[in-house]
Amino acid sequence: MGRIQEMFGELKGKRAALITYFTAFYPDEEQSYRIAIAMLECGSDALEIGIPFSDPILDGKVIQQTSSIALERGATLGKVLRLCERIRERTEKPLLLMGYCNPIYRYGTERFASDARECGVDGILIPDLPIDEIEPWRSALSSKGINTVTFCSVNANPLRIRKACDLSTGFIYCLSLLGTTGVRDELSKDVFQLVRMVKSCSTKPVVVGIGISNAQQCEAVGEVADGVVVGSALMQVVMRGGDYLSELKAKVRSFAEALARR
Amino acid sequence: MEEDLNPSNGISRKAEALLSVPDRAGYFGEYGGRFVPEPLIPALEELEDAFIEAFSDSSFREELTNVLKRYAGRPTPLYLAKNASEILGGARIYLKREDLCHTGSHKVNNTVGQCLLARRMEKERVIAETGAGQHGVACATAAALTGLRCEVYMGEIDMERQSVNVSKMRLLGAKVVPVSSGSRTLKDAVNEAFRDWVTNLKTTHYCLGSAVGPHPFPMIVRSLQSVIGEETIRQCMELEERLPDMIVACVGGGSNSIGMFYPFIGRGPRLIGVEAGGIGIEPGMHSSTLRSGEVGIFHGMKSYVLQNPDGQICTTHSVSAGLDYPGVGPEHAYLKREGLAHYTSVRDEDALSAALFLSRVEGIIPALESAHALAWAFSQAEKMEKDEYIVVCLSGRGDKDLEIIERHYPGLGGECLGDG
Ligand SMILES: Cc1ncc(COP(=O)(O)O)c(C=O)c1O
Repeated sequence: MGRIQEMFGELKGKRAALITYFTAFYPDEEQSYRIAIAMLECGSDALEIGIPFSDPILDGKVIQQTSSIALERGATLGKVLRLCERIRERTEKPLLLMGYCNPIYRYGTERFASDARECGVDGILIPDLPIDEIEPWRSALSSKGINTVTFCSVNANPLRIRKACDLSTGFIYCLSLLGTTGVRDELSKDVFQLVRMVKSCSTKPVVVGIGISNAQQCEAVGEVADGVVVGSALMQVVMRGGDYLSELKAKVRSFAEALARR
Repeated sequence: MEEDLNPSNGISRKAEALLSVPDRAGYFGEYGGRFVPEPLIPALEELEDAFIEAFSDSSFREELTNVLKRYAGRPTPLYLAKNASEILGGARIYLKREDLCHTGSHKVNNTVGQCLLARRMEKERVIAETGAGQHGVACATAAALTGLRCEVYMGEIDMERQSVNVSKMRLLGAKVVPVSSGSRTLKDAVNEAFRDWVTNLKTTHYCLGSAVGPHPFPMIVRSLQSVIGEETIRQCMELEERLPDMIVACVGGGSNSIGMFYPFIGRGPRLIGVEAGGIGIEPGMHSSTLRSGEVGIFHGMKSYVLQNPDGQICTTHSVSAGLDYPGVGPEHAYLKREGLAHYTSVRDEDALSAALFLSRVEGIIPALESAHALAWAFSQAEKMEKDEYIVVCLSGRGDKDLEIIERHYPGLGGECLGDG
């Protein structure tokens, strides 16, 4: 059993997992390492580590900007993997990589899978890889013990949802809304319906992400899902600069507390 | 005449295979596919179904043909550039005059079709990306005609260098949205359009401007642009009673070229796609994706991509905004791989001098995109026999490029012919 399965197993019936996103190499390599450690210390159950890409079509302004600055700071897939390795030395919690197809394709899917494995990565989310195209990637990753997360969106038909559930080797990531990543005031109602649908198709863990921005939203989603992903809301804090680390820690703590309030 | 159009007539076996691409998953051999976020998949499926349904409905096809004829000015002439041919002293050069289409380029063939389709799908809004502004203008035009709201994403840099087209789009009632992310050119405009589309799927059709992107876009754009090649076949038979020896078209994303090539594939003529060679072979200095790129996944498709060793997409350069794109349609990748078409490139300077030459000897000011195809054709004509002939797809007119041309040839008077 992998770290992802262990984590969800331990939390089952207790509370939803808090998965926090950060863009690797933003604002630079060292600071992103410190961000990772801070997140882990303040109640994050797993990290989603963004591999910067020049053309992130599912991302809103915040992650577009953090990605482009990260690239200016010299981020490459190889260096991001080494960053994961350093984080792995400090934690046994699951590490998930989030990245677009092309850098991974270019690196070589097989080579990526084995290097990711060696660096202590547990799973991968590829937002521009729909389930119709997932097979060769999934088997390459599985052969090295890396879990592939599949996505479900609120406009998917039941057949597609079932397929996504079957193909996932980690958890199922429900996209809370039709749109890009970014901070939102309101949670869409559709996502609750979607989580119910997915749960009726599968016993695999179900996670919700995109647009989740505050503790209240975390709590609401935590009622129905096995995990919550927070990204842009945290990156926004880092972007504001100054003593962002203490504000970031406070935010992560407040999300963790909201999820524990069940 | 109808028999000549029958694709099963005298077509090579290799080319026959092409009639079955893309396959159901949207692949042209190993290229193409659908690499987009999950929420876009239902929209692409809806679009594919609507397209197939509309194209098998004769009343839709009739409406489209009618609009192309009475509104967009089709068929466009196939013109023998006699003066140019005589000066060059080799093969004769014919120009397929897409510059005479309404809005001044081939782009209208695609936008009229997609806007009619969007209306049929009961969308109320179309969005588009644009580089040179030609697709943006064509889309704004078709949207005005079909009563759809229109928003066009355009890189800030392109808005500056193609400002006349920005004014045109606004006059036509479209909203032009400046794109300030990334390299602030065409690729980033495409990113923004995708981000808009994923947010507004219910109301909005994304009118993609070239034969690129996830399935079914390359197939739809090919179908709508094939009218160029189909007319050309007919006109060649009328004028020369045989097919040409060579066909040349410029390749940005690859829509005018695939529209010209498709009906000719495997039927004899050498098909040459010309990419922008820019100002050098170093990364960032050109847009020669098929010549210098490597296979990758970008804008929803697996195809050639200009990228760095880490898989990040490169910035590109071309004097013509319409060719300034780091990707290329997957069908071209397939044609290249199968040896059914060949791809080369022409540098800024040579495109500019071809534009000057055509203006001076034929009285036709070509778009700088099309001037790349002209430059290649001129260089080949000289080496070919007098009884051979070339068809060049003159994809657009050059009004939008006047400023750039003037800047390159300061003090343009009545005397010199340039070195074309
Ligand atoms: C006149 C003209 N020709 C060619 C192109 C390149 O596009 P494509 O390769 O899709 O024909 C453009 C694009 O804007 C254009 O305006």
